[in-house]
Amino acid sequence: MIENLLTASVLASGIRLATPYLYAAIGETFGQRSGVLNLGVEGVMLMGAFTSLWAVHEITPVGATSYYAPALLAGVLVALLVGLLMGLATAVINVTLQAQQGISGIGIYLFGLGMSDLLFQKVFRGQVITVNGFPKVNIPVLSDLPVLGEVFFRQNLLVYLAFALVPATWFVLNKTTLGLNIRAVGQNPEAADAMGISVTRVRYFTVTLGGMLASLAGASLSISLVNVFQQNMTAGQGFIAVALVYFGAWQARGVMFGALLFSLVNALQLQVRTKGIDVPDEAASMAPYLLTIIALIFASRRIDQPAALTKPFERGE
Amino acid sequence: MKKLALLLTIVLVAAIAVPAFTAPVQAQDKLRVAVVTPSTKSDLAFSQSIYDALIAVQEERGEENFEFVLSENMFVVEDAATALRDYASQGYDLVIAHGSQYGSSLLDIAPDFPDTAFAWGTTVDTYQDQGITNVYAYEARSEEGAFVQGVMAALLSESKVVGIIGPIETGDAKLYVDGFKAGVLWQDPEIEVLVNYIQSFSDLALAAAAAEAMLAEGADVLSGSAQMVPGAVNKAKEAGALWFGTQSNQTTLSPEIVVSSQVYNWVDVLNAIIADVEAGEINGVSFALTLENDGLLIEFNEDFELDEDVQEAAEEVMQAIIDGDISFEVDEEGVLTVVEAEAE
Amino acid sequence: MILLMNANPLDAYQALWEGAFGTKNAVADTLVKATPLLLVGIGICISFRGGVVNIGGEGQMIAGGLAAVAIGLQYKEADPTTVIIACLVGSFIAGALWGGIAGVLKAYFNVNEILSTIMLNQIAAFGMMYLVRSEFIDPRQKGRAAPIPETERLPRSLDLPRIGGTLDDLYDFLGLSSADANQWGTTLLHNGIVIAFVLAIVVYILLWRTTIGYRIRAVGKNPRASRYAGIKVKRYVVLSLLLSGGFAGLAGGIQLLGVRHRMNAEGGAIAFTGNAGFNGIVAALFGGLHPLGTIPASILFGALLVGGNKLQRSVQVPSALITALIGLVIIFVVASDVFVRRRSRRRVAVATSEASAETAGVRASL
Repeated sequence: MIENLLTASVLASGIRLATPYLYAAIGETFGQRSGVLNLGVEGVMLMGAFTSLWAVHEITPVGATSYYAPALLAGVLVALLVGLLMGLATAVINVTLQAQQGISGIGIYLFGLGMSDLLFQKVFRGQVITVNGFPKVNIPVLSDLPVLGEVFFRQNLLVYLAFALVPATWFVLNKTTLGLNIRAVGQNPEAADAMGISVTRVRYFTVTLGGMLASLAGASLSISLVNVFQQNMTAGQGFIAVALVYFGAWQARGVMFGALLFSLVNALQLQVRTKGIDVPDEAASMAPYLLTIIALIFASRRIDQPAALTKPFERGE
Repeated sequence: MKKLALLLTIVLVAAIAVPAFTAPVQAQDKLRVAVVTPSTKSDLAFSQSIYDALIAVQEERGEENFEFVLSENMFVVEDAATALRDYASQGYDLVIAHGSQYGSSLLDIAPDFPDTAFAWGTTVDTYQDQGITNVYAYEARSEEGAFVQGVMAALLSESKVVGIIGPIETGDAKLYVDGFKAGVLWQDPEIEVLVNYIQSFSDLALAAAAAEAMLAEGADVLSGSAQMVPGAVNKAKEAGALWFGTQSNQTTLSPEIVVSSQVYNWVDVLNAIIADVEAGEINGVSFALTLENDGLLIEFNEDFELDEDVQEAAEEVMQAIIDGDISFEVDEEGVLTVVEAEAE
Repeated sequence: MILLMNANPLDAYQALWEGAFGTKNAVADTLVKATPLLLVGIGICISFRGGVVNIGGEGQMIAGGLAAVAIGLQYKEADPTTVIIACLVGSFIAGALWGGIAGVLKAYFNVNEILSTIMLNQIAAFGMMYLVRSEFIDPRQKGRAAPIPETERLPRSLDLPRIGGTLDDLYDFLGLSSADANQWGTTLLHNGIVIAFVLAIVVYILLWRTTIGYRIRAVGKNPRASRYAGIKVKRYVVLSLLLSGGFAGLAGGIQLLGVRHRMNAEGGAIAFTGNAGFNGIVAALFGGLHPLGTIPASILFGALLVGGNKLQRSVQVPSALITALIGLVIIFVVASDVFVRRRSRRRVAVATSEASAETAGVRASL
């Protein structure tokens, strides 16, 4: 029974589904580690999703039947640029202007939700168009492994990159001065400031990086996972990504486990229904959400959030 | 508190900056129609189907005689209700609530505007039994076209596995899925039909993953209903599987693999209601789009080289449905059965 | 931005204002829209003051709406006033339980409430879709070819009474009534707004005039010190989420009895909640996390939403533009707050000119 359900293709599908969560949640982890909560991830994702698809569509030669590498590269760069701009704007609002982060995030979300749709209607008259997105890249030798090959080594570049970010993030946060500074700023900005770390500069860096990764998360949907854009296509994934940061206790590895758990259960519940197993559809759809909570009950660790999370910092005169 | 003051000031200044003139009264000689739709008018699905029909009616009658306005993205029912009431009070001749979630609101609004015609769908409920006479209802018997497409799918499938993706198991999506499945099995009972309601109208990634699951099971023909299917169409394309669309013509999504689309054609329904409105005889009847009345159109993708045998088989089944030789019944439990007339 | 879409900005502003406050109907719509925002908002005041971030308003509203419709349909024949009260109490309890789950998870299992409430929102939505499609479906829909996933409409006797008539009487009494047809009596304004106003005051008293409220705030400010002072911190965390969820549940109940009268699964959660579970957070934060401040904040936010929709109708701008605009307004208001704060700190008493300068900035960028 279970081997019928938990097939290699289900696992592979789960890994693909995890990609956008991983980008967005790792970006959010950087921000939160430095003390800035950004609830606007979903809005940035939508902007990234639209603009990257736009770039790919514009640059791919008309009539092309397969992917066009320069277009895909441009798509990623445009997503990063848009993410940079939205991230900078977020930083200005949250760090310099010290806005209340709960509200500003919702503002950014609504702006992204509306603006991406507006552009979509302006540019494509709202017509759903498809592009040739990232193709699967089989990693030599490894992709021929039974089961593991299909699960891990026949994905596309954006999927590989997302998972490569996990050790990179761990390294940056735990083994570099930059990471030390980020953590210091998130725990005790006053002390960090006294040590000569520029709280503002660190937070600008993390929030902007978070914006870029959120935007890339959107691109990983629109030019790698589904290759189309539609109004509100993220369907709440940005908020789930924020939740996963808490799941992962502000660690890249934990975030990855959360994203994988959520997405694998999602792929599995789709498989359960495809197999025609008689469970109410809604119950199956609930499963990933429910299991994420249950898993956290058992995996509960006493890790407190960064002490200065959501607290703006202002230098005493 | 300061923030509040600021918010207040913004709203106030916005208001004061506006010269207090009222809009000129609209000339009333042309027919005015207002529509409220749940998603956008370009969703390649349900909302677009009514928009396309309105455009067609406008072209027929000329812009000087026919004006329409549209409120899209009204997925919040309360907002839709406000819009419907507002349109009615502005004197629109016909107010269309294009979503089955809006019926309850019409039940409250229609009695307050007895001279306005209202229409909603998809449903058969005109609320005549509640003493309301100015509400038209329309539905799409999407199982008919779905059946035809199902027959084609069965003929085209080489792997003998066919998959259908739906949003939630109700309304015309359920009819479509059930009809498609019935068509496949009617043609070839040996075929395995995979069905998945993904519980979302908007999650493209989930629709894509559902398609992947079906393709991994060996499906080589897919279909699906509602706005999230473009995610699935692309997966079908990558795997070289075929696709059947519904609600609007989905050929543009992927001209290589879309065989045909069942299109909801509301033009005749609109014209019938408009004729009543112009004659001053609003009577609140119920319409159904069928293959017979051209409300459902099977639009073939001209770029797809469809086997002539398959096309002939499809046209035969279509004719059988039109002639009533094949019909459909849905029982209390919502189970759809195919009824074939006895051969003479 | 509006210029971008080839519409006259002046017309747009007028439409926004007219749509929100221009007629009695518009004012009524605005107040109706503000009601769930205010109820969710005062709940948010409690939870945020208690140091708990409740993002679960959407799910709690759905729990409340389901409870109200279940109770109402169960006792169709009973005395309407009693049933209405039972529905509202039931919706409060249902919302409280749904919020309480997150509270227990946080207090006793160390599960972060932001995560659990986001997940619980989805779980509530799927649960609602299931119930409405199966157990609770309107018998009218059974056996139809394309059944609509909705419950029966509650009997009209259970509609929350409108307050328009009372207002008109008041106008008559004051000699203000006009002969025109545009009277309050014909508007859709229901009593929910009164309930919300009263409860806002109650929550204010609860938070600032009772021991419980003092403890909730103490736990929110400094849990460690509170524990040291002998406050059972975990209990107060649960209580904050219970109360917060309860008010969101009540928002759902009032929305059901006052506006919707039935549950419908089409369009998912947002079709019922109208995003009030999230927007209520914004209203509460704009209101300075003070229940009384939340009153005007939710009315203004309600006005923005109602006016925005009106704008879409009258100028035929895409709804996406309205969404983006509302996002911008929120950002500008919350971002410009710092100037107000800084300036007031420097005791420069020209807050009005400052505010209008800001406003000009906002307008220019729109």
